[in-house]
Amino acid sequence: MGVMSFLFSSSLGRKLVMAVTGVSLIAFLLVHCLINATVFFNDGGKTFNYAARFMAENWLIRTTEIFLFLGFIIHIGQGLWLVFDNRAKRKAKYAKSAGSANSKWYSRSMGLLGTLILIFLVLHLKHFWVVSRFGMPHHLGEVQYVASHTGSQEVLENLFVEMVNVFANPIAVIVYVLGCFSLAYHLLHGFTSAFQTLGINHKSYTPLISSLGTAFSIIIPIVFAAIPVVMHLGIIK
Amino acid sequence: MGQSMRINLQVWRQRNEKAQGQFETYNVETNPDMSFLEMFDVLNEQLIEEGKEPVAFDHDCREGICGMCSMVINGRPHGPKQGITTCQLHMRSFQNGDTIVVEPWRANAFPVVKDLSVNRSAFDRIISAGGFVSVNTGNAVDANSVLISKEVADEAFEAATCIGCGACVSACKNASAMLFVGAKVSQLSMLPQGQPERETRVVAMVNQMDAEGFGACTNTGACAAECPKQIPLSVIANLNREFYKAKLNGK
Repeated sequence: MGVMSFLFSSSLGRKLVMAVTGVSLIAFLLVHCLINATVFFNDGGKTFNYAARFMAENWLIRTTEIFLFLGFIIHIGQGLWLVFDNRAKRKAKYAKSAGSANSKWYSRSMGLLGTLILIFLVLHLKHFWVVSRFGMPHHLGEVQYVASHTGSQEVLENLFVEMVNVFANPIAVIVYVLGCFSLAYHLLHGFTSAFQTLGINHKSYTPLISSLGTAFSIIIPIVFAAIPVVMHLGIIK
Repeated sequence: MGQSMRINLQVWRQRNEKAQGQFETYNVETNPDMSFLEMFDVLNEQLIEEGKEPVAFDHDCREGICGMCSMVINGRPHGPKQGITTCQLHMRSFQNGDTIVVEPWRANAFPVVKDLSVNRSAFDRIISAGGFVSVNTGNAVDANSVLISKEVADEAFEAATCIGCGACVSACKNASAMLFVGAKVSQLSMLPQGQPERETRVVAMVNQMDAEGFGACTNTGACAAECPKQIPLSVIANLNREFYKAKLNGK
């Protein structure tokens, strides 16, 4: 560690870690969202299943997955540690505080929003990642497609049908939509905050980053939340 | 003189740093033209006449530049208006019959000395750690021998308007001092005179800030919103840049 120990000891180092892992997770969200959005082709999940196979078999993606998990663990661990550390810096609380007068509620609630996302994440991994990667508690079903370029028959794992089955349950749909709400507000602060932490703030381009951040924080969670809803309603099947 | 107004004041009373504090309620006859501190003067006169202990509160210049008046008024440092200190707040910002809650800055790094007065020497120790420039003594240098662009000078001056009042710490949910440290580091890192210690300064000041028990910044922006000198949040981004650059250079 040596000179790099400031990343886990200094207040500035620790928030640099939050920003770098945060930006990586934002990049992951974009990829995840684009792949999920292929269900909107409404082709019985064919495009989606091919995309899922690519993600599962490509060695570059699988290597990135290790870093993704590291990113999640560090972001969550450092984040929770910071929340409790920061809270301890004011032992005597204000009798009357007017936080809403000087800051947005979601910027003050990143720990809470992050915890909600963490709970959602555990459930989400159990629903899809554990099933598709480890075949637990059951294996994915299979589906046959005619490969478009060779005309031969191909057998793929049917992750799409797994989604349809999970989202048949209305409670799962509600939990996923609430998870997306937490994500939206977490991003609404996190996106621009990451750039500020990285030292990227200037009146000439910060308005652009803010607009991009707001658009990203609204559009991505809406696309994510729309999938369980339209699947439950049987619009996509 | 405006007409008189009656205020129900709930003031934090605490005998000393170790003592348990509590709120006391007072009715104060005041008028809209008085400043908030003058209203406290009236209250203290009243308490002295009644043979009671007056409320201890910090104040010095009463013109918004000393940074001493540290009161959290209805949950906001320096009260409900933006860009002013407590001495620049007037009773006309309140309604007749209002209840006003007044507390000291609350942060582990700012222990209460008595009542509304807190010890802000943590800021002095941060400045001692690196908030200075080393200049050889001797004759004054010729004017314009040290070149600086007008834009940079203006930006440094904007950061230099920080009066070290601690409203940023008091407003921050993490009791973070980064707006203060960011202002000081930005000011000195932009000026030509600040270059020799540029990298050691930022690391020393940030280390001291952490050692004093201030929290970490989560970019809520409450500090900049409550700063009486309206120091922008960009000084914290600048502090981050300076710190990371120094770390890249092994400082």
